Amino acid sequence: MGRPIRFLLDGQVRELPDDTDPTLTVLNLLRYDLRRTGTKEGCAEGDCGACTVALGELVDGRVRTRAVNACILFAPMLDGRALFTVESLGREGALHPVQQAMVDRHASQCGFCTPGFVMSLYACRRDGEALDRAGLADALAGNLCRCTGYGPILDAGLDICPGVGASGDDADDDTLAEALVAIRPAEMLALNHGGRRFFAPRSADELAAVLADHPEATILAGGTDVGLWVTKQRRTLKTTVSLNDAADLARTLDLGDAVRIGAGVRYADAEPALAGLHPAFGDLLRRLGGRQVRNLGTVCGNIANGSPIGDMPPALIAAGATLVLRRGETRREMPLEDFFLAYGKQDRGPGEFVEAVIVRKLAAERIFHIAKLSKRFDQDISAVCLGLSIGVAEGRVTDARAAFGGLAATPKRAAAFEAALAGRPWTEAGVAPALDALARDFVPIGDMRASAAYRLEAARNLILRAVLESAGGRRLQDLEAVSA
Amino acid sequence: MRTVTRTRAVHAAIGHDSAPRHVSGEALYIDDIPEPPGLLHLVAGRSDRAHARIVRLDLSAVRAAPGVVAVLTPADVPGRNDISPFAGDDPLFAGDEVMFHGQPLFCVAAESLPKARAAAALAVVAYEDLPALLEAEAAVGAGSLIEPTQTLRLGDARAAIAAAPRRLSGRLRIGGQEHFYLEGQVALVIPGEGQDLHVWTSTQHPTETQHILARVLGCPDAAVTVEVRRMGGGFGGKETQSVQWAAMAALAARLTRRPAKIRLDRDDDMAMTGKRHDFVTDWRLGYDAEGRLRGAAFEMASRCGFSADLSHAINDRAMFHSDNAYALPAAEIVSHRARTHTVSNTAFRGFGGPQGMMGIERALDAVALDLGLDPLDVRLTNLYGVAGDLTPYGQRVTDAVAHELMTELAEACDYRARRAAVRRWNAGDGHLKRGLALTPVKFGISFTTTHLNQAGALVHVYTDGSIHLNHGGTEMGQGLNIKVAQVAADAFQVPLGSVRITSTRTDKVPNTSATAASSGSDLNGMAALDACEQIKARLAAWAREAFGHAPVFTPDGVQVGPERLSFRDFVNRAWMARISLSAAGFYRTPDIHYDRATHTGRPFYYYAYGAACSEVAVDTLTGENRVLRTDILHDVGRSLNPAIDLGQIEGGFVQGMGWLTTEELVFDGEGRLTTHAPSTYKIPTAGDRPPVFNIAIWDRGENREDTVHRSKAVGEPPLMLAISVFSALTDAVAAVGGHRVLPDLDAPATPERILAAVADVRRRAAG
Repeated sequence: MGRPIRFLLDGQVRELPDDTDPTLTVLNLLRYDLRRTGTKEGCAEGDCGACTVALGELVDGRVRTRAVNACILFAPMLDGRALFTVESLGREGALHPVQQAMVDRHASQCGFCTPGFVMSLYACRRDGEALDRAGLADALAGNLCRCTGYGPILDAGLDICPGVGASGDDADDDTLAEALVAIRPAEMLALNHGGRRFFAPRSADELAAVLADHPEATILAGGTDVGLWVTKQRRTLKTTVSLNDAADLARTLDLGDAVRIGAGVRYADAEPALAGLHPAFGDLLRRLGGRQVRNLGTVCGNIANGSPIGDMPPALIAAGATLVLRRGETRREMPLEDFFLAYGKQDRGPGEFVEAVIVRKLAAERIFHIAKLSKRFDQDISAVCLGLSIGVAEGRVTDARAAFGGLAATPKRAAAFEAALAGRPWTEAGVAPALDALARDFVPIGDMRASAAYRLEAARNLILRAVLESAGGRRLQDLEAVSA
Repeated sequence: MRTVTRTRAVHAAIGHDSAPRHVSGEALYIDDIPEPPGLLHLVAGRSDRAHARIVRLDLSAVRAAPGVVAVLTPADVPGRNDISPFAGDDPLFAGDEVMFHGQPLFCVAAESLPKARAAAALAVVAYEDLPALLEAEAAVGAGSLIEPTQTLRLGDARAAIAAAPRRLSGRLRIGGQEHFYLEGQVALVIPGEGQDLHVWTSTQHPTETQHILARVLGCPDAAVTVEVRRMGGGFGGKETQSVQWAAMAALAARLTRRPAKIRLDRDDDMAMTGKRHDFVTDWRLGYDAEGRLRGAAFEMASRCGFSADLSHAINDRAMFHSDNAYALPAAEIVSHRARTHTVSNTAFRGFGGPQGMMGIERALDAVALDLGLDPLDVRLTNLYGVAGDLTPYGQRVTDAVAHELMTELAEACDYRARRAAVRRWNAGDGHLKRGLALTPVKFGISFTTTHLNQAGALVHVYTDGSIHLNHGGTEMGQGLNIKVAQVAADAFQVPLGSVRITSTRTDKVPNTSATAASSGSDLNGMAALDACEQIKARLAAWAREAFGHAPVFTPDGVQVGPERLSFRDFVNRAWMARISLSAAGFYRTPDIHYDRATHTGRPFYYYAYGAACSEVAVDTLTGENRVLRTDILHDVGRSLNPAIDLGQIEGGFVQGMGWLTTEELVFDGEGRLTTHAPSTYKIPTAGDRPPVFNIAIWDRGENREDTVHRSKAVGEPPLMLAISVFSALTDAVAAVGGHRVLPDLDAPATPERILAAVADVRRRAAG
């Protein structure tokens, strides 16, 4: 077959043979094959951050360094990229400034989560992020610590993430960029591990061709969901097709009246465009997973895998997004809500893939609102997620799009409620009579995140809160605002 | 003899000794130790029933699976199939009857972890379901208890309550808590000659691990050496719960004569190991119009799980802390310990104390609401030192400082003005309500099982002046090793760097107690000090003879009359004179005694105190909530190490906040834990830390008892400072009904529970 997986570790070229197990995690590669045991397994599902490593890649000629979870990152996804682990930084007696700041601030107790925090902070610093306390709390939301209460870690972060641009204490980014150019793959990565195949096509066209040959393949984007199929459900993936190396799928295009988000666009990269459509998208993205998940996971992957919860689909449905599916050279476009057929079932045929989601720009006068409810504010899967887009003329609702996650087997529009709302005054009293229609739209089920009763009551109240917010009460009556 | 302290080794803010290795990834946890050749990897096969008879356990496919070397079952246990700390009711592997969902049935030893995992899944088990008691109340109703119901009485509480001008009662449900130590349970065992085993395990209790492994294997304690360098977090979850896994690895190593390792993945760890007990507490108070208590009655039921584990002592401690910091003129405290078909609940930071305190704090909030008083005033009125000094268990509180702490804190955090501001805010018609609460903690220090209050240490002084320090305590992140090293460095007046911290080993210091009950530095610090003083006494006797002067240890060397020697030269000359430079130190806590039959005595050497004030905001449309600000004033006596102590205070508070807010254990109707990973079980993140968070160590703190350098224990007490958050949330919900009715808010106060309480308050306030 083909060529080895080629990546940089501490700036040096490393190769893994072309029969490498495609779903070998980078965590296991590090701990068991490379004996780099500083990177820890805390949960093997991308929720605790103990396995955080930094991944460098070339973006428009510049090296971007980002924190990712090694526990759900498959080794072939390192191809053409630069990996940094805690061992890449400093040793006892010659610590890196990030490590030294953590020591100086008493930011470790048991120490098990510590390398993960070090790497998250390292990625921020190397990428030149200027972070205040709230920004740091966001950047570290994907790292759990059970000992410190976080204060000393945040203090260390404030010490070393002043945002002075790419840090002088790190390896020369130009050298790294050159090294990355040197290992830039000339051909598609194709692995064969005892009949289990892995392909990483380098364009949408190549992806279409590979999928034509392997129509039942598992399509892998960031792996923040598929990774768990392997580490938690212990599934064996026979054929995997990664779209991580398809450069054209990683683009966000401004179409004038809409933005087109390619299948490979990660949450982190989609954020500017989506937040540009409405700030509520930015607020939602900030709470979607931890930073490590947003650095790998994709908006389209969140759609394609058909989670009943979201978090992106309800907001995107409300915004009137459409989905572009492609098989070979054939494309079809559908309203996003039509993609979700039933629990775990989407309108995607064999060999077909989600190529992009197109989100229309919102008219300035439209009331647009996103809400997410979860037990924990940051990095939690929602119990209820709401996307709402309302047209109002002369104080009355002209048209409504209300989509919920967490209330049904799929993300779903509240058709009865939308109908009941039409023509009603957009006030608390005006909206209230329409709320009962939600019970016709949804018969939610309860689980460990929330009971059915809470979901339905909260859904009603989220609509009321949207009314209050659009009336201008937000600054005073918003938890975010009062705790800032 | 004692020398005058002149170094800054004690009472100095010195960083954790392992910090440079933590941040560089060089600190070795057990799974990081280079794997020995021939290592076997173990995976335990679990029950998927809560209570059932095993009709058939067919392991033939497991045995035949690729890479499988051994399959361990009860029949393979040469000694006793029991890993319980004392009750004899905790099998290593379930026999004919499974007692909880996730109970180990067998264990596979294979050439690799994936192979072991794949093989374990091939077991064929036929069950005959038996009725399962999943909840504490159901078990108590059915008479299923781990021991008879215990009662603690002071005076005639029923009569006092009946005679009181005012009376109130209520029920509070308090959820359990998963430890979520970041490093899961893990053990590595290497067989030696004959019956010898060397066991590396992540445990808070090396001695008990040693004893139980010997019991399981049917060999002498002396054949088993247990070693612990550090844990990636413990919090009580590795006091007894670590033993089962070490025992499986030891059994595999014994039977195959190959090294064996077991490491639970997160889901197995959460499903198969015990947690903090959840409680249902009924409270009843009698009081007067000024809010002074006349009598209190608490009836508590806790879910102990299928076996006793440490539940006797945990529930005892819950009883002892039902008064928290308040003098109860008359008290009746009833404690039911329910045996349920769930995983056996265990030690968790606070050890029942937090659950005990929750009842009285809720009750005092109810009193304040009933009388229209500020809850702070009701609390201040009833404190030990103000209202009395006799505890329900007969110990006099002679060191009461809660009143000073609370008044100082109230002043420092501007409590009165903020109370007024909160009231003004809540008078508006917005859907956001605020709450404020200032609560105390008084926590008894000592193992209530009196004989456990002992410790040993081993100190060697080498002829180059370096010092090898070993003690029976274990390091789980709490900074025990650095504190004890500070004590040793101070004793000899040598630089801290001269003291070598070493791993805890049962062959160096035997017969130790668990590192638990916040006792680590109290006990081991004193034992190490004793060892140092023994060596110093020998050195002094020799010096008086050899030099004609007693030596004085100073940071600049040892002053012997007119002569000053470096520490190195001094000890080297002592060695030449054939003076032993090694000593085993020992300590037993004085003056404590306790009669469990009557629950009276002096179970605690002293009390640790703290106070916290938290302000919260609640969204009454969704139940979402936020801690806006917390201020803490905490008493650690004379801190051995303020940097370490501050870390314990902040970390304990945030952990307690998680317990009372977002951390929810959900079992389904079959007894299966559905929140078995961080995707569903939510401990606090960085963003949950109060945005304004002021923590101070009380500068007037000093232990009245003769503890190591007059310090106080700090491991557990700060966790209970988080009750201020729960009380503040209750206060915010009460605002919905104009503080006319007491919210029926249970813990953890998830958005869902808060929203339900809001609706309930609205309904009752309107009605």
